[in-house]
Amino acid sequence: MTATQAGGPPATPSTSWTARTRERLARTVPAGQVLPDRQPAYMSSWIYVFGVLTLAALLVVIGSGVLLAVGGSGWWHVSSVGHFVNSLHLWSVELFFAFMVIHLWGKFWMAAWRGNRALTWMTGVLAFLGSIGTAFTGYLSQSNFDSQWISGQAKDGLNSVGVGAFFNVLNPGQMLLWHVVLLPLVLGVIVVLHVILVRRHGIVPPIDADGEDAS
Amino acid sequence: MSTATDTRPVRRDVRRTTPDSHGFATRPYDLVKEFVVAFVVVALLTVVLAAVFSSPDEKAITMADWAAAAPNDVVATAAGELAGTTTSASYGPPYNTAGDGQSLGPLKLQKWAGVRIPVDSAADLVLTPLSKVTGNTDLTAALTTWNGATPDQQNTWASAYSDALSKAPDNDPKQVADGDYGPVPAISAAFLTLAQTGGLEGALTSSGNFYGGDQTRSLLLLSDGAYLEDQARARHLGGDQWGMMNETGNFPGQPWMWLYTFWYQVPPFSTSDNADALVWGLMMLLTLGLLLLPFIPGLRSIPRWIPVHRIIWRDWYREHPRRR
Repeated sequence: MTATQAGGPPATPSTSWTARTRERLARTVPAGQVLPDRQPAYMSSWIYVFGVLTLAALLVVIGSGVLLAVGGSGWWHVSSVGHFVNSLHLWSVELFFAFMVIHLWGKFWMAAWRGNRALTWMTGVLAFLGSIGTAFTGYLSQSNFDSQWISGQAKDGLNSVGVGAFFNVLNPGQMLLWHVVLLPLVLGVIVVLHVILVRRHGIVPPIDADGEDAS
Repeated sequence: MSTATDTRPVRRDVRRTTPDSHGFATRPYDLVKEFVVAFVVVALLTVVLAAVFSSPDEKAITMADWAAAAPNDVVATAAGELAGTTTSASYGPPYNTAGDGQSLGPLKLQKWAGVRIPVDSAADLVLTPLSKVTGNTDLTAALTTWNGATPDQQNTWASAYSDALSKAPDNDPKQVADGDYGPVPAISAAFLTLAQTGGLEGALTSSGNFYGGDQTRSLLLLSDGAYLEDQARARHLGGDQWGMMNETGNFPGQPWMWLYTFWYQVPPFSTSDNADALVWGLMMLLTLGLLLLPFIPGLRSIPRWIPVHRIIWRDWYREHPRRR
């Protein structure tokens, strides 16, 4: 390792893990693309709002879920405040899915996977699937009639493909932990990757736009 | 119309490459402001919806509720568990070896997963909870008789009583035809009494552990009866009622499950004993298709053929007429 004066440039390119990580991050999302204050002129449609609405709704879902967790799994059955927090959680989830489905359809009709954006599409689909799994385990964590019926029905589908032997929907303890820890973590990572990919590649140009349209 | 002297424009390749979005003309856009406004709007909308519509919370059915509302169903279920004729008793993996379960063509995934959550329906759901009951000499004698009999004899008694219950008016145990049912009527009656007292849940869920966090046994027992399904069907939650999308009360439910539940409404899925495996297999295939859509010729071109994009980017197309 070459010693350099403090504040001076290194004599040779650094091979430290820190420098390599910094360079990798800079390559993934170049400076200026993380939070640009300008967007391509073709970004002119209400459909673009549904991506950010989905993200906003996810934060409300997480926030209301955290509040719901404070009182414990049975709190909302016996407290009017807890029940209201549960209502916040339910309706934020309904909004989240509504926005996400509109966002998904919008991106389909825009063929938004064009221009090396296939991974962006795929992480979006995985986020959709992860959200369905998270919502499902949420229903199983309610400890009410819904949970009883849904778990009894769902076990047959999961057992039929061998999943139920490891993922026991009749065990609310297991389902609650999946709902509040495992799936949100996985979903969070997928969503972060999805947003990073969107920032890396920028928003997809209109179908049939070509090099002549770009400067 | 062109002539020989016309200079024809070059026909563009339909599969042209997509240009880098960073090369296009830009306009000011405040992403952070957009996100903050979106968050505030969604938060406020959530509060309004929660305040106006609340959320459903139908109390869980307790064993005491079941015993009070449908005592004959509790007795019939207990007899069915002893006879090995209930859903859980004849289920197969992951609970027992009474069947192979469903399969996806040659893939016997349910069987291959094995018995990882062992449940002996007769012993775990009926006999063991009753063995904890004290002070009931008739029950003690009945259990002693049952435990002293051969498996064939036990099955003969329980099957006969189960059949007799199904033929009795209103399935009423008091109106069962005379027959050799051994200790089964006494065991079933004691089971109903235990359910009525509210002591059955603890006997099923704690399994000797102070902390009972696993409801597998109690849910299997409740599902083996007819009462739970009757209550669900009355709320349009049955599998053939698009129930997977529905919710108790007047709430949106889970509309995102429309495709999954759709298959259960149509043949061959609606009439197949193997429907769960078939639907799961189909949905996994369709989900893979959605995931890999960018790479599937034909499907990935649909947005080009059905020009919804010309509405989305109408300003752009107005300013950039299509070049031919």
